[in-house]
Amino acid sequence: MSEHRSDLEQRVTALLEAHDPATTGRAAFLRARWDAGLAWVHFPVGLGGLGLPRDLQAYVDDLLAAAGAPDNAPERNGIGLGMAAPTILAHGTPEQHERFLRPLWLGEEIWCQLFSEPGAGSDLAAVATRAVPDEATGEWVVNGQKVWTSSAHLADFAILVARTDPDVPKHGGLSYFLLGMREPGVEVRPLRQLTGEAEFNEVFLTDVRVPGDQLLGSVGEGWRIANTTLNSERVSIGGQAVPREAGMVGKVAETWRTHPGRRTHGTHQRLLDLWVQAEAARITGSRVRQQLAVGAPGPEGSATKLVFARLAQQLSALEVELLGEDGLRYDDWALTRPDKVDFTGRDAGYRYLRAKGNSIEGGTSEILRNIIAERVLGLPGEPRVDKDVAWKDLPR
Amino acid sequence: MTADTLPPAPDLDLLATDVETDLRRSVRAVLAKTCPTEALTALADGTDEVSAAAWSALAGDLGLAALLVPEEHGGAGAGPREAAVVAEECGRACAPVPFLTSAVLATDLLGALGATEALGRRAEGGTAALVVPAATRSAQGWSRGAAVSATGGRLVGDVRGVVGLPADLLLVPVAGPDGPALHLVEAGAEGVTLTAVTSLDATRPLTDVHLDVPLDGAGSPLATGEKVTAALDHALATAAGLLAAEQAGLAAWCLEQTVAHLSERRQFGRVVGGFQALKHRLADLYAEVGQASAVAAHAAAALAEGTDVPVSVAVAQAFCSEVAVHAAEEAVQLHGGLGMTWESPVHLRLKRAKADHVLLGSPDAHRDALATLVGLPGPEAG
Repeated sequence: MSEHRSDLEQRVTALLEAHDPATTGRAAFLRARWDAGLAWVHFPVGLGGLGLPRDLQAYVDDLLAAAGAPDNAPERNGIGLGMAAPTILAHGTPEQHERFLRPLWLGEEIWCQLFSEPGAGSDLAAVATRAVPDEATGEWVVNGQKVWTSSAHLADFAILVARTDPDVPKHGGLSYFLLGMREPGVEVRPLRQLTGEAEFNEVFLTDVRVPGDQLLGSVGEGWRIANTTLNSERVSIGGQAVPREAGMVGKVAETWRTHPGRRTHGTHQRLLDLWVQAEAARITGSRVRQQLAVGAPGPEGSATKLVFARLAQQLSALEVELLGEDGLRYDDWALTRPDKVDFTGRDAGYRYLRAKGNSIEGGTSEILRNIIAERVLGLPGEPRVDKDVAWKDLPR
Repeated sequence: MTADTLPPAPDLDLLATDVETDLRRSVRAVLAKTCPTEALTALADGTDEVSAAAWSALAGDLGLAALLVPEEHGGAGAGPREAAVVAEECGRACAPVPFLTSAVLATDLLGALGATEALGRRAEGGTAALVVPAATRSAQGWSRGAAVSATGGRLVGDVRGVVGLPADLLLVPVAGPDGPALHLVEAGAEGVTLTAVTSLDATRPLTDVHLDVPLDGAGSPLATGEKVTAALDHALATAAGLLAAEQAGLAAWCLEQTVAHLSERRQFGRVVGGFQALKHRLADLYAEVGQASAVAAHAAAALAEGTDVPVSVAVAQAFCSEVAVHAAEEAVQLHGGLGMTWESPVHLRLKRAKADHVLLGSPDAHRDALATLVGLPGPEAG
């Protein structure tokens, strides 16, 4: 590990010498960084990486940040970097790697994820959006509706799960596509949330044509590939230790410290209890990161999202109460379309409402509990009525 | 205090070393052999065929009485991380051994006060107990209820609910005329009356201690004043931090046993563990148990590094105490009628978990301590 580090340090130094961040333009610097294999060091050589262990990326990021180098604004393209890229790398052809990964990393092309539908949220394999081949052109013609799509209004491309065979059981009839969001027939409508803002969208697909070379993997492999995406979504990739009182607990602690007149014995006990739980979650996350760094992800990892969601909800609820009548004031109900999620930004009321999504997005807490119970603890699966029935014959 | 003065969190290594993994394997094997459920259950009926054998195997065969004794005094010179492994296994097995009370708490106190001769005897397997009420969390907490005084040439007093007895040596903190002092008293000395109490957790005996010992018999104090309170605080924090490991081990055992039971038990024509109401409870418990393990490892690492000890220990105690009780209560409930029976191994853990909840400070007491440590004062502070 330390020899990797000194090698990386030399590469970073060489990059910085050849492209001084102070005098090099942002785009030029990022392109040089990609070419040096320092974009994502765990990717293969030639695709922005060096084939090194993934946790070394944090080391590179730290060195570059310390030198004042620009980053690729990862918060603008979270789905592209966190989900589309690992899936394309794992299942794409060399041509697809070549075409998509570089502009994705550079932030020249923003990605979104067209998975969920009004009738297929937690039951993702139930998607009804159809993709039909056009024998004459070799293209696919896509029709359907997607929902809860973050960043769709900014995106240039989407990872799409669509049904290509309705005559087989639902998991077997899906395929995975890379769809251009600027193509005719793609309509994105903001979907206003309980917070007032439209952080995500509805996406209507009407006769959208997808070139044949933008099918990822083989026809019918969509479910398996989607699982690569979902696993990537749930992997914790942060390389650094998180400071004590980071995130929601810090907001509440700050409110407590600055509003002595609001304190009661009851809220004090709740606050201390939640502070302990937040610290426990922080420490557990720290151990998961250490386990990932030595290549042995611990089973604790699958429980972290569950815990995070509950804590964020309890802490944000407490904060509104602590503020008393000030907690009744809401900062702004205006419809806005933020380009990134800011869980702890804005006011207490916003945080309280937004945190309700933490136990729904990226796998509901109920689904996560099933996953832990079945895949980690080995308990029997839920009874399935849809397993051997062709998708077209399922009641809907 | 503002967030700027919040004690920063150290970046500690929370992964087990190979040495720790080997140690865990050895301790688990010994305890599996020496602490069968029937023998542990019989303790409550007054039949003890297990304590001596279990301690003899741990202390004698594995040398764990001497784990924290420095090498120059005949010990293994190991640290809190290794001790946490042993404590965790003692919790899993519900072992009726004085590891926590003697090899950790008393040994740490003797070490801090430089009692070389007494340390040497600990290294040879001798046991010692700190004579304070079981729930004592800190020197300050002890001094509020200090019950033994040194006046008129005698050590006199009554201490209710002491854990770690019987033991060879009593470590007696005393409110002396010149402030706190620590006296060493042989358990067999004249004027020492030990009354065994029927305890909630029969695997960890509880004793009422009456002392009326001439001071010349008890010798001069090992130490006096600020030195005693500092050493007492360190020893109590070390024991509390390692108690968290015991609780994490106990909780892990409860989860494993409950999952195993629900994977076999059939009702309504199905394996009970397939019912979602139960699966979700176990998934939540799994999350808690995993966190308890990490938090206990963090406290042990903090103790080993001598950094962030007060906060790490308070967090570990507040968190692991609750998880252990919750895990044991869930285990009883989810074992159904079996969980209520005397034959079941589950109630032993429930009793140990609830007793551990009180031992060395309740979660509430540790959360109260945190209020000061991390700058979250209560309403009385204005």
